[in-house]
Amino acid sequence: MREMARTVTRIFLLAAALLAAHAHAQLQIVITQGVDNPVQIAIVPFEWTGFGVLEDNVTDIINANLRNSGEFAPIAEANMLSTPHEQSEVFLRDWRFLGADYLLVGKITETGGGAMQVQYEFFDVLREQRLMGEVLGGSRTQLRDVAHNISDKIFEQVTGVRGAFATKLLYVTSQRVNADLTNYQLNMSDADGGRSQVLLTSQEPIMSPSWSPDGTRIAYSSFESSRPRIYIQELSSGARRQMTDFPGINSSPVFSPDGTKLAMVLSKDGNPDIYVMDLRTNDLRRITNHFAIDTEPSWTPDGKSLIFTSERGGNSRPQIYQVDLDTGWVERLTFQGTYNSKGLMLPDGVNLLMVHRDNTYDEYHLAIQNIDRGTIRILTETSLDESPSIAPNASMVIYASKAGNRGILNAVSIDGRVKFRLPANQGDVREPAWSPFFD
Amino acid sequence: MQTQNVFKVGMAVLLTLTLAACASSDTEDMGDADTGMTSSSSTSGGSASSSGVDTNGGLSAAQVRERDNALAMTVFYFEFDRSDLSAEARAALVHHANYLKENPSRRYRLEGHADERGTREYNLALGERRAQAVERYLQVQGVSSNQLETISYGEENSVDPGTTEAAYARNRRVEIH
Repeated sequence: MREMARTVTRIFLLAAALLAAHAHAQLQIVITQGVDNPVQIAIVPFEWTGFGVLEDNVTDIINANLRNSGEFAPIAEANMLSTPHEQSEVFLRDWRFLGADYLLVGKITETGGGAMQVQYEFFDVLREQRLMGEVLGGSRTQLRDVAHNISDKIFEQVTGVRGAFATKLLYVTSQRVNADLTNYQLNMSDADGGRSQVLLTSQEPIMSPSWSPDGTRIAYSSFESSRPRIYIQELSSGARRQMTDFPGINSSPVFSPDGTKLAMVLSKDGNPDIYVMDLRTNDLRRITNHFAIDTEPSWTPDGKSLIFTSERGGNSRPQIYQVDLDTGWVERLTFQGTYNSKGLMLPDGVNLLMVHRDNTYDEYHLAIQNIDRGTIRILTETSLDESPSIAPNASMVIYASKAGNRGILNAVSIDGRVKFRLPANQGDVREPAWSPFFD
Repeated sequence: MQTQNVFKVGMAVLLTLTLAACASSDTEDMGDADTGMTSSSSTSGGSASSSGVDTNGGLSAAQVRERDNALAMTVFYFEFDRSDLSAEARAALVHHANYLKENPSRRYRLEGHADERGTREYNLALGERRAQAVERYLQVQGVSSNQLETISYGEENSVDPGTTEAAYARNRRVEIH
C-alpha cells in the first residue's frame, strides 16, 4: 500500500511536470493608453535568407515592443512604398513622405550549422542620418533575444532611456481545480510575456518572488511544507535551498542591492518583524522590534536603509516607514490616506511608489509620493491594485489588479502616460517581479 | 516536433485520468500527517465534530446539543481590519477548549485568513493575528500551547473569489483543522 502510494506520488510529480510544460498561463500585452504624440517609426520586414520559415518573426517582435511601450507608433507595412533591407536601397525622402520620423531596415541570414546573422540599420528620416547599424550573431532560438536587443537600442537612441525589453518577469499563477485543490505556479517570461516557463509547481501558495540583483537567482516564500518558508532558487540549474524554518510567518524575501543579504519578515518572536539575513554566514539580524505588524521590506537604492509597512501608528492603518540599518533610526514617511503599504523607493531616492487608499474611497491604487515635498500623485485607476514592481530602467511599473473575479497584471509608466494590461489566457495572475538588467 | 507535443499532451491527459481514478482511494502525501489539509470551508462536518465525545458527564440533552453545535462550528469570522472574536465565537471556543483538555492528544491547526483588499504580505500578518486571537482565547481557557499551531494564509486561500462585501466577509476567517 505504502509502495503503491509512493508510486502514485511519483506518477503525480511526473504528470505535474508534463502538464506544467503545456498548461500554464501565457501573458499578452494589450495597450490601453499611449502618449499623445508617439514617435512615427517605419520598421521594414527584415529580409530572410535561409532554410524554411522562422518561428520567431524578428520584425513583429520589435514592432510589438516599440508599440507597447506607448512611445512609438509603427507605420503599417501596407503603406510602405518600398522594402529596403540595407542603406544602399534606402531613399529617405520616400519615408519622410509617409510621415516617418525613424526607419529600421535589416536582414537575417543563415550562415550554416544553425547559426544566424542579423544585420540592422537605423535612420533618422528628418535629419537624413544613419544613426546606427550592427551585425548580431546567434542561433535560431536566440532570434527573440536579438529582437529584444535591437528594440532596446532603438528605444535608447530615440528616448535617451535604456530599453528594458530584454528583461524578464516573474509572476505567480493559481488555478482552482475544486474546493480542495488549487494549483500554484511560479513562472518566468520575457518582459513582453513571451517564452513563459514554469519554475515551481505546488498545491500550496507561492508568494513574494523577487530577483537577485545579478538576475541569476530568485527568492520566494512557498507553503509547500504546509507552512510558509523562504527559498532561494538558482535559475540556470533549478537548484533550491530552503533559507528559513522558523515558527510563524517566513515571508517577503528581498535581496540587498549588492546581493549579499536577504531582508525578510519573520514572526518567530510573536508578531511580524523585519530581519536581515547575511547570505554568506546565514546570520540573522533583527531590524525592527515592535508589537505592531512590520512587513513588506524593500531596500533603498543605496542599500543603507529599508522601507517597510507598519501599523505602529495605530488604528489598524498601515503606513510606510524607513529604518536606517546603521543606527536603527525609524522615520515615518507617509501621512496622507488611510492605508499606505508596500513602499518601493525609486532610483532617484526621492519618489516613493506605494499602494495607497485615500480618505474618501475604499479603493486601493498605486501612488507616488515625493518624500521631500509630501505631494502624492495617483498612478492607476484599476481595481484592487497591489504588488508593484519597477522596471530596471525605472520607466514602467508592473503590478497586479483584479478584473472581474480574476487577478491580472497591468503596467503603467512612472509618468502615468502609458498603460497596458497583460491578461493571461487562464487562471489568476499575481505578484509580478521585473528582473534587473542581465549585463 | 508536432507529434512529440501531441504525445506529451496525450500522456499528460492519460496520467491525469489515472490520477483522478486513484485520488479517491489514496491520501495526498503532503508531509505532516497530522495537518491533513482538508481545507473544507463549510461550517458542517469539520473533523472536530466527527471524532466523537466520549463522556456526557451528566449533561442534559439540551447541553449536549449545545456542545455538539459549538464543536461543529470550526470557522470564525472577523470584521474588516479587525482580529477580535465575536461573542458567538467565544462561546463556541469554550466548548472547543473543553474538548481539547479532555483529548490531550488532539491538536488544532488554526488557519488565519484575510480578504483580498490591501497588500498580500500585510494581509498575511492580519491572518496571523486572527489565528493568534483564537489561539490565545483557547490558551486562556487552559488549553496546552503544544496542542495548538497557528498558520496564516493571508489572502491566498479565499473561499469566495468575489469582490462584494459579502464575499470579503466570508474570506476574513480562522478555520480549525
